[in-house]
Amino acid sequence: MPMTLWLLILIPMLAAPLSWMGQQWSRHAARWIALGALSLDFLLALVLWSQGPPGSASGHGSWLVESQTSWIPRWGISLHLGLDGLSLVLILLTAFLGIIAIIASWTDIQNRVGFFHCNVLLALGGVIGVFLAIDLILFFFFWEFMLVPIYLLIAVWGHANRRYASFKFFLFTQAGSLLLLVAMITMAFLHQQATGRPSFDYADLMGLTLTREMAWWLALAFFIAFVVKLPAPPFHTWLPDTYTEAPTGVSIILAGLLAKTGAYGLLRYTVPMFPEIMSEFAPFAMGLGAAGILYGAVLACSQTDLKRLIAYSSLSHMGFILLGAFAMTELALQGVVMQLVAHGLSTGGLFLLAGALYERFQTRDMRQMGGLWKVIPRVASMALFFACASLGLPGLANFIGEFLVLFGSYSVQPIITILASIGMVMAAIYSLGMMQRTFFGQLRETRSIPDLSNVAFGTLLLMAVLQVWLGLYPRPVLATTKPVVDALIQSASLPAQASHSVPVMPSTLFTSQANTP
Amino acid sequence: MSLQDLIVLTPILNLGIFCLVTMLAIAFRRNHARIAAFAFVACLLTLATLPWVASATPRAVTALLIVDRYALLYMGIVLCTTMMVIGLSYHYLHIQFRERDGIEEYYLLLLLATFGGLVLTVSVHFVSFFLGLELLGLSLCSLIGYVRTRRHPMEAAVKYLLLSISASAILLFGMALLYFESGSMTFRGVGMVVKQVQAVPGLWLGGVVLVFIGIALKLGLAPFHMWIPDVYQGAPAPITAYIATVSKGALVALLLRFVTDIGALELPSLVHLFSLLAVVSMVVGNVLALFQQNVKRLLAYSSIAHLGYLLVALLAGGPTAAEAVTFYVIVYCAMTLGSFGVVTAYSREAGDAEQFEDYRGLFWTRPWLAAMLALSLLSLAGIPVTAGFIGKFYAIAAGVDAGLWWLVLALIGNSVVSLYYYLRLVVTLFGDKPASATTPQGLAIESPQTSGWMAICSLGLVASIILIIGIYPEPLMELIRTSVSNLLMVAQQKP
Repeated sequence: MPMTLWLLILIPMLAAPLSWMGQQWSRHAARWIALGALSLDFLLALVLWSQGPPGSASGHGSWLVESQTSWIPRWGISLHLGLDGLSLVLILLTAFLGIIAIIASWTDIQNRVGFFHCNVLLALGGVIGVFLAIDLILFFFFWEFMLVPIYLLIAVWGHANRRYASFKFFLFTQAGSLLLLVAMITMAFLHQQATGRPSFDYADLMGLTLTREMAWWLALAFFIAFVVKLPAPPFHTWLPDTYTEAPTGVSIILAGLLAKTGAYGLLRYTVPMFPEIMSEFAPFAMGLGAAGILYGAVLACSQTDLKRLIAYSSLSHMGFILLGAFAMTELALQGVVMQLVAHGLSTGGLFLLAGALYERFQTRDMRQMGGLWKVIPRVASMALFFACASLGLPGLANFIGEFLVLFGSYSVQPIITILASIGMVMAAIYSLGMMQRTFFGQLRETRSIPDLSNVAFGTLLLMAVLQVWLGLYPRPVLATTKPVVDALIQSASLPAQASHSVPVMPSTLFTSQANTP
Repeated sequence: MSLQDLIVLTPILNLGIFCLVTMLAIAFRRNHARIAAFAFVACLLTLATLPWVASATPRAVTALLIVDRYALLYMGIVLCTTMMVIGLSYHYLHIQFRERDGIEEYYLLLLLATFGGLVLTVSVHFVSFFLGLELLGLSLCSLIGYVRTRRHPMEAAVKYLLLSISASAILLFGMALLYFESGSMTFRGVGMVVKQVQAVPGLWLGGVVLVFIGIALKLGLAPFHMWIPDVYQGAPAPITAYIATVSKGALVALLLRFVTDIGALELPSLVHLFSLLAVVSMVVGNVLALFQQNVKRLLAYSSIAHLGYLLVALLAGGPTAAEAVTFYVIVYCAMTLGSFGVVTAYSREAGDAEQFEDYRGLFWTRPWLAAMLALSLLSLAGIPVTAGFIGKFYAIAAGVDAGLWWLVLALIGNSVVSLYYYLRLVVTLFGDKPASATTPQGLAIESPQTSGWMAICSLGLVASIILIIGIYPEPLMELIRTSVSNLLMVAQQKP
């Protein structure tokens, strides 16, 4: 059973060289291998989901599935993987969006197909590793490992300005990562001072007693590293360039998955490890979140480049995650989890459509489009659906996420929350503005343009169905992650106990069960 | 000198004898392949004596030398690296010397330089230190100018000669001052003076600083780095690899022993000086590397920065520091060999492949060579799964352990800067091929050429070392830990 966790990571990673070699046989072999590997991963994750009673997978101290092997005992580093509800949901999302990304690249990527899919699979393997690792160095390994393939994907297959974008992406994230590395090493040494042996294990470091000053610095490093990836202002400047210049499939991975690794890091490490600091820090972080929401929304309104608009809207949506993660109420955290999934689906869909438009018109400039509803109704109708999802139409998944976040945050920081909710209004402005400029109005194109292929249309329909399903019945996601959310709140509300090296026993985590929505 | 002394000196004696035999063999009959194989076997046999000698260590041989596990470990590094360089050189020389005249002495000089390197690793006395350094430096000088048909190597050789002479002069002056103040030429004896008196004598401090400057000149720490880019660029690529790895590695071994034995890190003024050197090296190396259009010069500046990182680890002091420095040296040797190895393997008769343009789109024509270079560069940048990450991890850990926060932050900042120029080269490898088939140098890019199986084998070995250390470093860590504890144990003993 523990081996299944390694399988989740190794399936894409081992399929990667295979799909590269598959290029020799046929162009489609690489694609099919990649698709097969990710489907296998998805099925495996589904099996894990159906098997495990989600009630026991609370993360902190108790894992649904756990696997530990010694790796570098000199530094107390082990190959320690653990699966809980949160990681399970995110892994499902990873495999699903991975499949979407490969379908999106089916017609988009025509040269060096094998190497492209090799990199996609390696990056996705790294992302899954990030969601599973609970040894800090192992986490860091995967965290950095996924950067190189993503970097290559942008640098080789990106649009005109790809070099600049790929550099910016790598440098920003690397700067944050190295801060994180120093903080991790410092914690390991503090653990050595306290117990006589260094350790990078999540559970060991959770119970570390820190001086206030030290905890502040460490928390700051952990915060910045993850927020850069999320991103939130002022660390966001890599985002529009990178999302825009990346090829369609990679944009989906970047916005749908890489941003989630930042959010995951915040929820898994930053918040529970430094509960006292984080409660002091919360107003600032929530303010940053609200700033991200508004800033992203305002900039999205003024974009003429379709992908840039989606990129800024993505920045805006990520602000909700920061807002909710630090509100530390059950509703807000559930909203965060929901938002993680919903944003992956809605932005993925939008990037797919933007890619489809680019393929047809060789431009991302909305000023050169217009009136396309008559020409390509399938693209237009799906775009309308995902634009509505993005603006938070009730009944769709994004609405649940954003609504829960705002609802849960209001009791903690009413003013910031009110400001943040303006972002939802602005989302309507830019989303509908995008629709207006692209699909309605004067038709400029006279050529006949092919509409979406059946495969792409079917893919988008599937994503739309998921959006509606989760929008009307969000319970599967919420129930799976509930134990994690409870444990998070527990760790935040009991900072005194948590900082005294008392391992929080699973049984105590369920004494204060709140009612599920 | 007893039999036991001779036994522990076996590695050095063995290599010395082989130097003589090689010389005779060349006089007897010139044959490139045979002499290259001979030099390779010499290193291999010497390497094989190391585990055998280990059981008899630590043992001081006269006042000049000490053979301990620490020295043996560095000998191993020096010998392995030399073997790799020999492997890389064979095909390179084959191309450079079409006439097949006078190639063979190259290997003799290489063995002599390595001999000097071995002496450096066991030195505990100024005399042996100086002898080893000069042997290494003079051999290198000839090696740098060895490709006589080209202009750049000659220029580089003269530069290196001048550097060597000035470094030696400064070193000798520093040694004289230290001898004047302490009346001893052994490192430990020099260190005793400070432990006995309250105030550190000014001349003693001056002497240590001068000796350190001499070493810094040879290591190429900023602001004593001026020669590095020119010599790296001018020297034949395998020799550049040799300078960057063996000569620096052996000198770091000596530096670590010197610093430990004289207790330099207990004096705040010296620590400040070293910290300054470390920061300046990192900043100068990385910032100047940003502007390079020449791969060899870029790697030269990056090596300055890496020596700065190494100094951060060294400054931490204590067992973690010695471990970190040694680990970093091994990692640094592997990745430097990897990067210069690719330059060597990709070079042609007209000149070394050193322009960025030479490497554009290399991945699509010669994927394995490009992958090797990318791996080395990512390792130099410290990306996980490569050895470079573990090396950087160790350096940061040593710094954090000693509470050198500013140095650690400087290291991080510089790592991020360095990433930019490494990526610039990596992205070039994956770029599109230029429209014209030739580069400004007139090197044909289209014609894929072989690199010789020796070079390919060496590169493959280096690649696997980088990956193995990057993924499973524990055995190496244990080896280093036992070896280094030996250095500190010996250092703590009363002389």
